[in-house]
Amino acid sequence: MASVPVIHESFEQFLQADLGKELLRFTTAGSVDDGKSTLIGRLLYDAKGVYEDQLASVKKSRVNRSSGPIDFSLLTDGLRVEREQGITIDVAYRYFATARRKFIIADTPGHEQYTRNMATGASTASLAVILLDGSKGLLPQTRRHTYIASLLGIPNILVAVNKMDLVGYSEATFLRLRKEFLSLVEPLNFSLVHCVPVSALEGDNIVERSSRTDWYSGQTLLEHLETIPVRAASALPAFRFPIQSVIRPDSVFRGFAGQIAAGTIHPGESVVALPSKQTTRVQSIVTFDGKLDEAAATQSITLKLEDEIDLSRGDMLVSTSRLPAISNRFSASIVWLHEQPLRKDIGYLLKHTTRQVKARVTGISHRIDINTLAKEPASDLPMNGIALVHMETTTPLFFDPYSLNRTTGSFILLDPLSNATVGAGMIREDLTPQQVSNGQPLSATEKASRYGHRPGVFLLPNRASLADAAERALFENGFATITLDGHQIPSAYLASLLASVWSAGLLVLLVIDKPSLRLVHTLKRLAGGSLFDLGLDSDRQNREEIAAHIVSRAQTLRISGAPDQSEKEPAND
Amino acid sequence: MQRSTQVMIETPPKGANVGGDASGFPRRGLSHLRMLEAESIYILREAAAEFSSPVMLYSIGKDSSVMLRLAQKAFFPGRIPFPLLHVDTGYKFPEMIAFRDWYTKSIGAELIVHRNEEAIARGANPVALGTQKCCGLLKTKALLDALQNGGFNAAFGGARRDEEKSRAKERIYSFRDAHGQWDPKNQRPELWNLFNSRIDKNESIRVFPLSNWTELDIWLYILDENIPIVPLYLAKPREVVIRGSSLVLIHSGGEILPGETSQIVNCRMRSLGCVPCTGAIRSDADTLPKVIEEMVSFRRSERENRAIDHDEEGSMELKKREGYF
Repeated sequence: MASVPVIHESFEQFLQADLGKELLRFTTAGSVDDGKSTLIGRLLYDAKGVYEDQLASVKKSRVNRSSGPIDFSLLTDGLRVEREQGITIDVAYRYFATARRKFIIADTPGHEQYTRNMATGASTASLAVILLDGSKGLLPQTRRHTYIASLLGIPNILVAVNKMDLVGYSEATFLRLRKEFLSLVEPLNFSLVHCVPVSALEGDNIVERSSRTDWYSGQTLLEHLETIPVRAASALPAFRFPIQSVIRPDSVFRGFAGQIAAGTIHPGESVVALPSKQTTRVQSIVTFDGKLDEAAATQSITLKLEDEIDLSRGDMLVSTSRLPAISNRFSASIVWLHEQPLRKDIGYLLKHTTRQVKARVTGISHRIDINTLAKEPASDLPMNGIALVHMETTTPLFFDPYSLNRTTGSFILLDPLSNATVGAGMIREDLTPQQVSNGQPLSATEKASRYGHRPGVFLLPNRASLADAAERALFENGFATITLDGHQIPSAYLASLLASVWSAGLLVLLVIDKPSLRLVHTLKRLAGGSLFDLGLDSDRQNREEIAAHIVSRAQTLRISGAPDQSEKEPAND
Repeated sequence: MQRSTQVMIETPPKGANVGGDASGFPRRGLSHLRMLEAESIYILREAAAEFSSPVMLYSIGKDSSVMLRLAQKAFFPGRIPFPLLHVDTGYKFPEMIAFRDWYTKSIGAELIVHRNEEAIARGANPVALGTQKCCGLLKTKALLDALQNGGFNAAFGGARRDEEKSRAKERIYSFRDAHGQWDPKNQRPELWNLFNSRIDKNESIRVFPLSNWTELDIWLYILDENIPIVPLYLAKPREVVIRGSSLVLIHSGGEILPGETSQIVNCRMRSLGCVPCTGAIRSDADTLPKVIEEMVSFRRSERENRAIDHDEEGSMELKKREGYF
């Protein structure tokens, strides 16, 4: 046991950096054959080494990290034992950190029967690492993994093209797989997709760049993990605060405890209480550490209000400017988790935010074949099945579409008899006919139902008459659209102009050659998965082709029915 | 985030960490720790609202200290709306008991102490019974009895998923049958932050608010929040005997077995358990930053110095199935 050296000034600096680091949750999916255990083992081991090196550089005693014959899959042994014993293969959570970030891995098995585990792991992740076996290429499970990642709203994908050692570190193989993968994910609305050629066994491009892939100039897997934006689970700027409990220590103090699901809140701000729709103002934001001037998602706080209003667990405080849907009928994507199949018109319990209500499935629009992504008619749904359904609850929920906010857009279904968790749902849209009420601000839902689509932003390169062609194509396909020339509008005004046009519910064609990082960041916050960067698609040369492509992307913003993904699948190897 | 100064109601036991050894440290918000904190507070509030009779398992260790601070935060300015339960085997370090009594009183928490008096009276000890059986009687049985006696249907525990392989698969709401047992094959799927609190009569849920914390997170939070901890976590010269590969702390001559001799070693505890089964480690880390520095450079898991997990392959999983935390 080595004794501890004197604390250096620089160790305190090291700790300081550690205190300020970010948290990234990601999920991994793949089967044993892809080398997933080896990849995770390698990542945990090498990242730990990196972390120790960062510390050791302070202590001047570099830890010797061997890349010798260690069986990295042993580090994730728990799962192996499970397999040997033949018991349920379950989601395992693993943790590691570098000086830049703390990471939580939801490590999920990749077989078809474990769709529910993949969904579980993906539900809290903001990034998915998809494993491809470089010697085998894209497999049906690759499609499953990416589809589930997209279904659960994961914005960023990192593809580890593994076993590059088995294909002689061939650039051509990597580029071919990369191209195939990019066309696979094209209809799936991811914000970022990066592919990295790796060998988990040999350690190539996991942590350090490999000299055996000198043709690859991109980042290593860990470099990506350390730098990919940690996107919040919410693209919704409006305040949402589900009430967990009422805190009443004495006859004077009455506070409402909860975790902010979306937006920010300040003392003095007006809020609407649901379901009563009473309006009041926030008197103070109370915490153990003192009163706050501002709180934001996902802080856990207690709110004191100016008026005595009727509010308890299961209710919600929301911003006055943008209310959630208040409805007991909605459509949702469902992942079925239980051996007893989902059946229509059976009574379930539904838990949504802090609210629990009775619910039933009134209709199954279609189920998705997880291998072909084809839509099929269905009257029930077996375990690991995925379907688009219509739901009805006994009392209204206050929700936003899952694509805007994971917390106010997700629910679970429970069996009232067995108490089992039987289903997981992602709300798509309100099915209540909108009632026009005078004086209420127009909602995004009302605008979307007028235009037949949600707003979206397309980034277009500045090329002769491209925007005209695109705008005409969209117009002819029934979209409400506007073209903005990013080079003509002062950058200081661009963001607020875009926000206004966005809230009008239009499809924006933004002509801009090199958008600044700041602008891209703003756009992602604004539009989330409805931002399409056409500058990346260098393959398409003529403008009719690009215009047709834009129309096909715009179809995914239609509010009725699911985007049709089944027609665009590339051939497998 | 603003900070308030921790007010000590009584003099803390000598050596308890009440901050100050990290002079000049910035007391500012921590993004990853604040995210974990918010998640844990959410979990504590959910379970407190959803169960009719919750209790918090309080083991006096560093994780319990963090969990207790999070409970103070979750219900502020109210008091913690459930009692703390300490399962006392009778073999706990005297420093732990002193700390327990002082600290729970200083924050105004309700404390229940439960011992399996019958087994203790019959002289249950790990040397005679083996650690498996001893733990089964003094910890697992005592815990299950205490939960049943109190009619508790939800129990918070400070376990973390990174502690041990079988815990990596543990849920935040972990279902236990009417006998308090855990069935790893039949766990409820847990998506987003939506927890299933449905139980039938005599069934219960163990709730783990610290699931996503690592040992490093715990220490950084203790440092940043200035949370009092048992002084055994900090190194100083102590009387020990070397038993196998462990350093066993000696408080009285009676603990020295025939053929053993004691010596004074600069050491500290990485985790706190019972005196005979929890080894100390040689260390000069007498301040929190030094403990953290030492920890970051450790390659071994913190439970390595606890005999119980080594008894047989997967012993933690077996103990958990029987009802252990």
